[in-house]
Amino acid sequence: MRKLPHVALPFRLELRAVPSRNMAYFSPVLALALTLFFGALLFLALGKNPLTGLQVFLLEPIRSWAAISELLLKTTPLVLCALGLSICYRANVWNIGAEGQLIAGGIAAGSVILMFDNGSPVLPGGMVLVLASLAGVLGGALWAGITALLRDRFNANEILVSLMLTYIAQLLLMYMVNGPLKDPHGMNFPQSRVFSPEFLLPPLFAGSRLHIGFAVMLIASAVMTVFVYRSFAGYRLTVGGLAPLAARYAGFSSRRALWTSLLISGGFAGIAGAFEVTGPIGQVLPSISPGYGFAAIIVAFVGRLNPIGTIFGGLILSLFYLGGEMAQSRLGLPSAITGLFQGMLLFLLLACDTLINYRLRWTSPAHAQS
Amino acid sequence: MLHCTAPNLETPLIRKAIVTPAKSDTPDMPFPPRLELSGICKSYPAVVANDNVSLTVARGEIHAVLGENGAGKSTLMKIIFGAVKPDAGTVRWNGADVHVANPQDARKLGIAMVFQHFSLFDTLTVAENIALGLAADVNMAELAEQIRQTGKNYGLELEPHRHVHTLSVGERQRVEIVRALLTKPQLLILDEPTSVLTPQAVQKLFVTLRQISAEGCSILYISHKLDEIRELCHSATVMRGGKVTGHCDPAQETAASLSRLMIGAEPEQEEETEPHAPGELRLQIKHLSLPRAHAFATPLDGITLDLCSGEIVGIAGVSGNGQQELLAALSGEDRRAKPAMITLKGKPVGHLGPNARRALGQSLVPEERLGRGAVPEMSLTDNMLLSHQRAPFVVNGMIQFKHAIQAAADIISRFRVKASGPAALAKSLSGGNLQKFIVGREIVRKPDVFVVAQPTWGVDVGAAAQIHHEIRLLKEAGCAVLVISEELDELFHLCDRLHVIAKGRLSPSISNQEATREQIGLWMSGLWDKDGNAAGVATGELASA
Repeated sequence: MRKLPHVALPFRLELRAVPSRNMAYFSPVLALALTLFFGALLFLALGKNPLTGLQVFLLEPIRSWAAISELLLKTTPLVLCALGLSICYRANVWNIGAEGQLIAGGIAAGSVILMFDNGSPVLPGGMVLVLASLAGVLGGALWAGITALLRDRFNANEILVSLMLTYIAQLLLMYMVNGPLKDPHGMNFPQSRVFSPEFLLPPLFAGSRLHIGFAVMLIASAVMTVFVYRSFAGYRLTVGGLAPLAARYAGFSSRRALWTSLLISGGFAGIAGAFEVTGPIGQVLPSISPGYGFAAIIVAFVGRLNPIGTIFGGLILSLFYLGGEMAQSRLGLPSAITGLFQGMLLFLLLACDTLINYRLRWTSPAHAQS
Repeated sequence: MLHCTAPNLETPLIRKAIVTPAKSDTPDMPFPPRLELSGICKSYPAVVANDNVSLTVARGEIHAVLGENGAGKSTLMKIIFGAVKPDAGTVRWNGADVHVANPQDARKLGIAMVFQHFSLFDTLTVAENIALGLAADVNMAELAEQIRQTGKNYGLELEPHRHVHTLSVGERQRVEIVRALLTKPQLLILDEPTSVLTPQAVQKLFVTLRQISAEGCSILYISHKLDEIRELCHSATVMRGGKVTGHCDPAQETAASLSRLMIGAEPEQEEETEPHAPGELRLQIKHLSLPRAHAFATPLDGITLDLCSGEIVGIAGVSGNGQQELLAALSGEDRRAKPAMITLKGKPVGHLGPNARRALGQSLVPEERLGRGAVPEMSLTDNMLLSHQRAPFVVNGMIQFKHAIQAAADIISRFRVKASGPAALAKSLSGGNLQKFIVGREIVRKPDVFVVAQPTWGVDVGAAAQIHHEIRLLKEAGCAVLVISEELDELFHLCDRLHVIAKGRLSPSISNQEATREQIGLWMSGLWDKDGNAAGVATGELASA
C-alpha cells in the first residue's frame, strides 16, 4: 500500500527476497557517513568552515592518548546502558528509561559510599566499591522493576512508564542532594561530600581518569554476547520479541521475559550510574549524567542490538559528546550540537535500515543495462 | 446488486465493461480475451520462476492455474497483480497492451486478488480492514451493511465489527474474498481458496464463483485440488518448474492425467492398512468446559474425547467453532482447565504448560506455521529449539548448536524439505516445505501423543501425501494421533474415528467406515443429537460463528 511520490527518481525501492545481512551491518556505517555529511552542511550553515568543524568535532577528541582515555571513559556508561537496552529491545520490551535507572543506581551507590566513607573505615575501600556497585545494580533494577510491575499488573505501557520514571528519578536525586545526602559542611550547596580517594574506582592507568569500570564494561559485553547468542535464556527472550505466539507455543512465559529483560537492563544502567558516581564524578551531584541513558538507545540500535556492536556504537556516541564540547569551546557553537548529531545519526540510521529489506534499483537509462 | 463505493470506477474502460453484460458464461469470441499473457519471463538470482509463460483468460471464464509449490504460480499471479515486474513478456488486458506497474494499477484495471497469506491488520475490525482498500470518505455503517449483504449473497457470512485477531483462518479468508468482491472486479484471482472450507461451503463458494463468472468477471483459480478444478473450471493451465506444461479442459481430464501434467508423475497411492485394535488410553479429555477468553472466542462446552495409542482420531468442523480454543487447552497455552479435565498418559495435565506436556510425551503442530509453529526471522536450526528444549540441545542453560544444526539437517533430509540448509530462515521456505519441517521436528521427538492442526493447509499434493504418510507411520509405531482439520477429504483419508466440533461442543465419535460426508456435514452444524437438542441452530448461523 506504500505510495511513492510521482517524481522521476533515478531509482526505486525494490523489496528484497531475503533481508540483507550485509546491509544490516553496513547501514550504521552509511548512516554515520551521512551524519558527517549533513553535519558538515550544518557547520556551513552556521558560518563555520565545514572541514574545520568536522576536524574539531571528530579528530580533536582523539588527538592524544589523554583525549582517547576520556573517550573511553564516556563510552563506558553508554555501552553498559546499551547492553541492557539491547536485551529489552530484542524481547520487544521498550524500555526508554535507562537514564532514570542510571540515576537510581547512582543514588544507591553514592549512598553506600557515604555510609562507609565516614572517617572510621569498617571495610576496606575495595569492598565498599564492590558493595556500591552492587547497590547500583539493585537500584537500577529496582527502578526498572517498577516499570515491569506496572506493565505486568496493570498492562501500563512500558514506554511511557519508563520514560516518566526518569523524571521522577531526577527529582529523587534532587531531593537526595538537598536532603539526606547533602554535605553538612558544603555551604548548603546541593551536593554530597567528595568521596575519599580510597572510595573511588581505581584508574586503569596512572594519570588517567579511565577507571576499572571500562574493563568491567568489556567483560560485560563478552558475557552478554554469550548470553544473547549461546544461552537458552537469551534465545527465549529473542523468540518472545520476534514472535510472541511462537513463544507461547514453545512455553516461554511472556511475563518472565518482561521481568528478565527489564531487570537486566535496569541492572546495567544502575551499575553505569554507580561507576559515574564512584568514578569521574566522585560525589553525588544534582546531575550525574548528561543523558547517557537516552544516548544509549541510539548506541543499542547503531550496535544492531549486538553486545559487541554496542561497543562501536558507544565509541561513536562518546565521540559526539566530546566533539560537542570541543565545538562549544573552539567554535563557539551551542551545546545543542551534540544532541543534533545524535538525532541525525538515529534518524539516518532508521532511514538506512530501509535498505536491509529493500534494495535500490536504478531506473535511469544509463543504468538500465546493468 | 450492491452499491459500490470503490473509487476506481472512473476509468472509462471499466465503466464500459460494467454496463456491458456478458452474453453467456462460456468464453465469447466477439470480446477480446480478458487477459492475455505471452512470453512472460521472470528470473530471481537463484531460480527462474517463470520461463516463457503464456496464458489466456476469456471474459467470464474460470481458469485454473495448476501446479505444485514452487511451480511459479505465485510469481505469475504477482506479475498480473503488478506486485512483481516481469523481465520479459507482454500483458494484454481486454485486448490492449497494458503495463501493470503496481497493485494500484491492477485494481484500477479491475483486478482483485485474494492471497493465500492474508494481508489483514489484526487489531482492526473486519469493516475497518476492508475500508482500508477503499476511498477515505467511506461511510462505515453503509460499508458494514454491504459486507453483511455481500456475505449473505455469496455465503460468506461475516460480522463486520469483529476484530480480525479473533477470527480463525477460514474466517479471515472470507474477509479477503468479500473485500475483493466489494471492488466489483473484472478478474478475480484466488489463491488456494477452498483450503479451509467445509464441503458444503466449497459448494456454496462454487455457486458464488459461477455466479460471478456468469456476470462477466473472469476468475483465475490457483489450486492443487484436482477434483475441484475438474468440477469448477472451464479451462486450466498447468505449470511445472516455471514452465507451462499444458493447457487443457479439466472436465475432459482425469485426476491422474492432470496430476501427471502437474508433477510429472502420479502421486503414490497409500496402501490401506487394516484397522487394528487400539492400545492403551493416552489422551483423555473429560467434560472440558472453558468460558470464552475474549469477547469473540468460542466457549468450550463439555468436550469429551478418548485417544488411544495406535489410532488416528480426527476432529472435523468449520473454522471458528472452538478448534483454536481446544488446541490452546491441549497445548498448554491455555491453562485455565481443571487438571483432571485433560489427562495425558494417566496424569492430569489441564493446568500444565506446554513444556510439562512435552515432557510427558506430547508433540503438537499448531495451525499457524509462521509466527506460532516457527519464528519467521529465525533459522531452521533456531526453530528446532522451540520444541527441543532439553539435552542434548540445551545443556546447563547453554544451546548446543552442534546438535541443533545436525538435527535440523537430519529433518531436512529425512522429510525431503526443500531448503538451502539448517541456516535457512523459516520464512524463506514455501508453506509446504515449512510444514514438512515443523511436522518433522515434532515427529523426531518420538511422541506418545501427537496433536496436529490443519496438517496440510495450503500444502501441495506431494508434500501433503508425504505428511499423511508420516502421520500413518507414527500411528503404526503406536503413537496416539489427533488430527484437527477443516478438510474432510483429509480426515476421511487418515482417520480411524471422527468427531465433529461445532459451537464449542464435540460430537460423539463415529468410525470412519460408518461416517458419510453428508452426515459429517450435518454434524458440522451441530445436529448430532438424536432428540434434536441442537436442532435449533441454523447452519448459516454456525458458518458465521
